[in-house]
Amino acid sequence: MADKIYSTKLQDTLERNIWAFLLMSAFVLSIGGIVEIVPLFYLDDTMEHNKRPEIVWDRKEGQSLADWKPGDGIRPYTPLELAGRDVYIREGCYLCHSQMIRPFRDEKERYGHYSLASESMYDHPFQWGSKRTGPDLARVGGKYSDEWHVRHLIAPRSVVPESVMPNYPWLAENLVDDSTIVANMEGMRAIGVPYTDADIAGAVEAVKGKTEMDAMVAYLQVLGTMAKLDYGVTYRE
Amino acid sequence: METTEKYHFDVVRWFTVAAVIYLVVGTLVGVYIASELAWPVLNFDNPYLTFGRLRPLHTNAVIFAFGGCVLMATAFYSVQRTCGVKLWSNGLAWFTFWGWNLIIVAAVITLPLGLTQGKEYAELEWPIDVAIAVVWVAFTINFVMTIANRKSSHIYVSNWFFIGMMIMITYLHVVNSLAIPVGLFKSYSIFSGVQDAMIQWWWGHNAVGFYLTAGFLGIMYYFVPKQANRPMFSYRLSVVHFWALTFGYVWLGAHHLQYTALPDWTGSLGAAISLAMIIPSWGGAINGMMTLSGAWDKLRTDYVLRFLIASLAFYAMSTFEGPVMSIKTVNALSHYTDWTVGHVHSGALGWVGMVAAGALYHMVGRLWNTEIYSAKLVNAHFWLATVGTVIYIVALWISGIMQGLMWRDYDAFGTLTYTFAESVAAMHPYYAMRAIGGFLYMLGGVVMLYNVVMTIRQASTNPSASAEPARA
Repeated sequence: MADKIYSTKLQDTLERNIWAFLLMSAFVLSIGGIVEIVPLFYLDDTMEHNKRPEIVWDRKEGQSLADWKPGDGIRPYTPLELAGRDVYIREGCYLCHSQMIRPFRDEKERYGHYSLASESMYDHPFQWGSKRTGPDLARVGGKYSDEWHVRHLIAPRSVVPESVMPNYPWLAENLVDDSTIVANMEGMRAIGVPYTDADIAGAVEAVKGKTEMDAMVAYLQVLGTMAKLDYGVTYRE
Repeated sequence: METTEKYHFDVVRWFTVAAVIYLVVGTLVGVYIASELAWPVLNFDNPYLTFGRLRPLHTNAVIFAFGGCVLMATAFYSVQRTCGVKLWSNGLAWFTFWGWNLIIVAAVITLPLGLTQGKEYAELEWPIDVAIAVVWVAFTINFVMTIANRKSSHIYVSNWFFIGMMIMITYLHVVNSLAIPVGLFKSYSIFSGVQDAMIQWWWGHNAVGFYLTAGFLGIMYYFVPKQANRPMFSYRLSVVHFWALTFGYVWLGAHHLQYTALPDWTGSLGAAISLAMIIPSWGGAINGMMTLSGAWDKLRTDYVLRFLIASLAFYAMSTFEGPVMSIKTVNALSHYTDWTVGHVHSGALGWVGMVAAGALYHMVGRLWNTEIYSAKLVNAHFWLATVGTVIYIVALWISGIMQGLMWRDYDAFGTLTYTFAESVAAMHPYYAMRAIGGFLYMLGGVVMLYNVVMTIRQASTNPSASAEPARA
């Protein structure tokens, strides 16, 4: 009975030998991920700036992040924006707000130009989100005043009565932790974000005395404003 | 009569009780955050109670605390029974128990504090991630070595699925959690943007595909035939089910990123394979259900079997819904809406929660050598869970599709009909309804906890004459 083969010889061998079974499963399980993920690291089509380098900020020797103007192109976050982004992640904002506009007519009218892959090239981790309990924020920068954002973050229903967002009054009270900003930026640089020594040297000064609210507003106000996108250009097929 | 146990079941007992407790805790947090969406005053201006911080606690509690303890209890239980030998290492099994629970405690502390890597279902910071990898590998080694020591000639099908889960979760967890530490509880993913997104959803969908599907199919393949006292319907179907799922599921993550900045080829590939996955998924569901062929009457009297078979119905339903939602035109509507949340919960509440309940009830009686305290309460749990699940998913079907339609609606002048805020206001009654469905489901968990505690008390105070001693 134990010698009878009920399936194929291969399947029977696998069922009798745990090590063969492990190896075969490990191999079969690896295929899909390798095929879908590995090419994204080397196919030029993945990142739009390979064909259109003008969407990334062409930083000249000696320029600081302060020399950048909206529309100059995609750049690393300033220390204050990075601190704001850390607050955004800490509070789990990405669980209700996406940062990824799809190429549909209604999304274009509601949120703006569809998002490009290159626009999140310095986002470790990505903040595309998966759910819109609240609206998309990929291009929220410049849409509202700083004052509006402050009021909205402290008490969302004071400006949008229908909102179900929590109040975040503590952002206005907490100071940005200036003791960690250098380590954070050096970490980012180690994984490929092109911060200069001067950027990092000025980081503590840039966030000193700022509240988490200042940082959050700085981050929100830069979202989607880095690259100037042209509706006449096809960035992505 | 033996005075020592034939198998190492003590650790299984602890995992079983922990699982039932985490079922109540995890669903309680779920009901709370669902209520926050309906009544935002519940955020209480308290950072530790906001939706954004508690939502990861909910997902981690139900997936890793509840799901993990169920998987570890059932895997350790069924591998010993199907192989006819004790666990390879009882010590390593206890290490797995305490390690896993310590990780859960760490999650309960760090997530409300806002310590997070910011990747869904993989929020825990790097020191905890390292601990997860160590404990998971210990779990895997113990399981594999127990199979290597087996007395049977062949490896039983439930063990294939457990092994598939163990290997894949190791891959996923290690790759997706790669990050550069910048502090004791702060790190940044080494990947960025589009690559990070693809890796995250390769993880995200396969946490569902392997942790919550392959692992729980392992449970199905052991506990359905055991509870029905009949052999599995088809061995061939099991073979096809296993290899098709193992090969195919891995590809699906890309369907979470259709129409995003992920290249079109990747999203379309993910969608195409998602559609094809209906076949093995339904093959598996049919395999489980048809095991009852000729003995359907058992469903009338056996409430544990009811859980197992109803779970397969939900499994079949959500594995049909999933491929439909991965079709690009459907996804254009459903993505970013609560329909997705509803879909996840038809799988989580209907499939994972119900098959787990069936398996846990099955084990409790055997682990403590007694009858379940109250079969009526098992039935009550079954109906609370079923009705709760149905209310939950119906609320989010209606509202999710409504949301998607409102966002894209144009009036006669060619302008957008609704503001975003109007779509939020329209969600209110459905968010309330969803919270009620979730509350009923949680109530079912409370009933189960009571029933399990009473069963254990009954076993220790009044062991039945025929029962063997519970432990040496």
